[in-house]
Amino acid sequence: MINRSDVEHVARLARLGLTDEEIDRLVPQLSRILEAVGKLSAVDTSSVGPTAQVIALENVMRDDVARPSMSREAALAEAPIREGGLLRVPVVLEEGR
Amino acid sequence: MAVSTRYETIIGIEVHAQLRTESKMFCSCATAPPPGEKDEPNTRTCPVCMALPGTLPVINRKAVELVMLTGLALDCEIQTAAVRFERKNYFYPDLPKGYQISQYALPLCANGRLEVPVPAEETSVSIGITRAHLEEDTARLQHGGRGYSLLDFNRAGVPLMEIVTEPDVRSPAQARAYGETLRDILRYIGASDGDMETGSMRIEGNVSLRPIGTDAFGTKVEVKNLNSFRSLERAMEFEVARQADALERGERLVQETRGWHETEGRTMTQRAKEEANDYRYFPEPDLPPLRPSEEWVARLRASLPELPAARRARYVDGLSLSAYDAEVLTADLALADYFDAVVAAGIAPKSAANWVTGEFSRLLNQHAAEGLRSSAVGLRPAGLAELISGVEGGKVSAANAKTVLAEVFATGESPKAVVDRLGLQQVGDAESIGAEIEAVMAEFPSQVAEYRSGKPQLFGFLVGQVMKRTAGRADARLVNDELRRRLEE
Repeated sequence: MINRSDVEHVARLARLGLTDEEIDRLVPQLSRILEAVGKLSAVDTSSVGPTAQVIALENVMRDDVARPSMSREAALAEAPIREGGLLRVPVVLEEGR
Repeated sequence: MAVSTRYETIIGIEVHAQLRTESKMFCSCATAPPPGEKDEPNTRTCPVCMALPGTLPVINRKAVELVMLTGLALDCEIQTAAVRFERKNYFYPDLPKGYQISQYALPLCANGRLEVPVPAEETSVSIGITRAHLEEDTARLQHGGRGYSLLDFNRAGVPLMEIVTEPDVRSPAQARAYGETLRDILRYIGASDGDMETGSMRIEGNVSLRPIGTDAFGTKVEVKNLNSFRSLERAMEFEVARQADALERGERLVQETRGWHETEGRTMTQRAKEEANDYRYFPEPDLPPLRPSEEWVARLRASLPELPAARRARYVDGLSLSAYDAEVLTADLALADYFDAVVAAGIAPKSAANWVTGEFSRLLNQHAAEGLRSSAVGLRPAGLAELISGVEGGKVSAANAKTVLAEVFATGESPKAVVDRLGLQQVGDAESIGAEIEAVMAEFPSQVAEYRSGKPQLFGFLVGQVMKRTAGRADARLVNDELRRRLEE
């Protein structure tokens, strides 16, 4: 079960400011989502090893060769605010790291 | 603040080193601007390192090799069976994906050890290496202090290696020695530039104290913002004193991250740990598993160059060089290689060391401002060897050899060409030197007479005149012998 402090914690990690009403709504919503995913726990996996990858590939690597990058124009095309070739963002304090 | 002797200092060190690759960790963007070009912000990005939707990372093989090579140099076990990249999730503007691809549970290298000479304590300590793993660097964030920050993504995705020690470091001097020893190794094996000033190598120190004779660790403080090995040592000294002081006063220390302020010479609270570190690591689903083969590891092991410590030992024990000469030579891989080549060309080690650490290094440093590196000097080791043999065989005077070397650095000519052009072949036959001496004696009859009547100090004046007439090319020993013989006649 998800409680209010779980929602607050996850919101803080995602840097989302939630109102009390939003938290009230999210507590049961997230609980129901977790419950649904939790149904997978009923499956007997005692004979299956931990799996992080299902593609039958390994050791896929590339040679260390540099290729041309995007233009700065393209890189910053979606940036709301720019300043001299740099992307401008609000100050974020270090506490989230 | 006096450091209390009632506490034992416990330090663990984390190093981040940018790897020396051409391209980024998971994409083909260059890691640096083309040689000679200015680093313009946001000019080395692509959809992968900007985290545009639908892109996928591909592992840079060279970066994996450099971390394994480092692991081998640090006596680590290379994890061939199971290596894993994981997502370290946090939300911050310098991280376009919202997570950093890193390694957590299954790093490439683990359980190593590094012998660190600590000259300040006249000892050497063995520091356990917990792990060395591979990750990607973040974008560069400039805090302007104007209510906003500026982002440059050129650094985002540059291969980064993290090396973590066991809490085995027992003093600030040891911390510094560890950092310097590690830097030398990273440079020797070509893994990183190891440059603290430019940030290609970054160090954090975890410091705690515990009463001498106890086992439990005290409260740990992480110190960041260390821009040189000197600041590392100073910051550790400050922190040890600060913590001892607090403990003496019965205060409770908090586990926190503190930043070192170079000009003020102290650490300051950056943030308390609390629950902030919730990175929710999980295996990176976008990368197929990495399983380095035993053959690959064996090949890398075979390619490992002689490391600084082994080389110093070889110079001292095998070539009978002084510890000082060995230290100076091995501090720079290119210089050590140059020295080896001069010795291989037939010059006695002591002689080769004198020239390479002396006049040669002096000229190298002088020209360093012009961008000359020992690896790029026009003077091949065989050329220097020829010049040294010339001096030892009496063909060029030692003083003129220095002039020749300076000319070689300035013009790029071979030593032989400079000797010929400037006519610096040493005059070494008794007959021609005799003729010059006769000429000087004829020019300064009164000085000759005074010498003969008991003024030996005039000998130096007469030698000087002979050297002047031969433009310094005369064999000084022969001039002395021949002049004395004629004056005593």
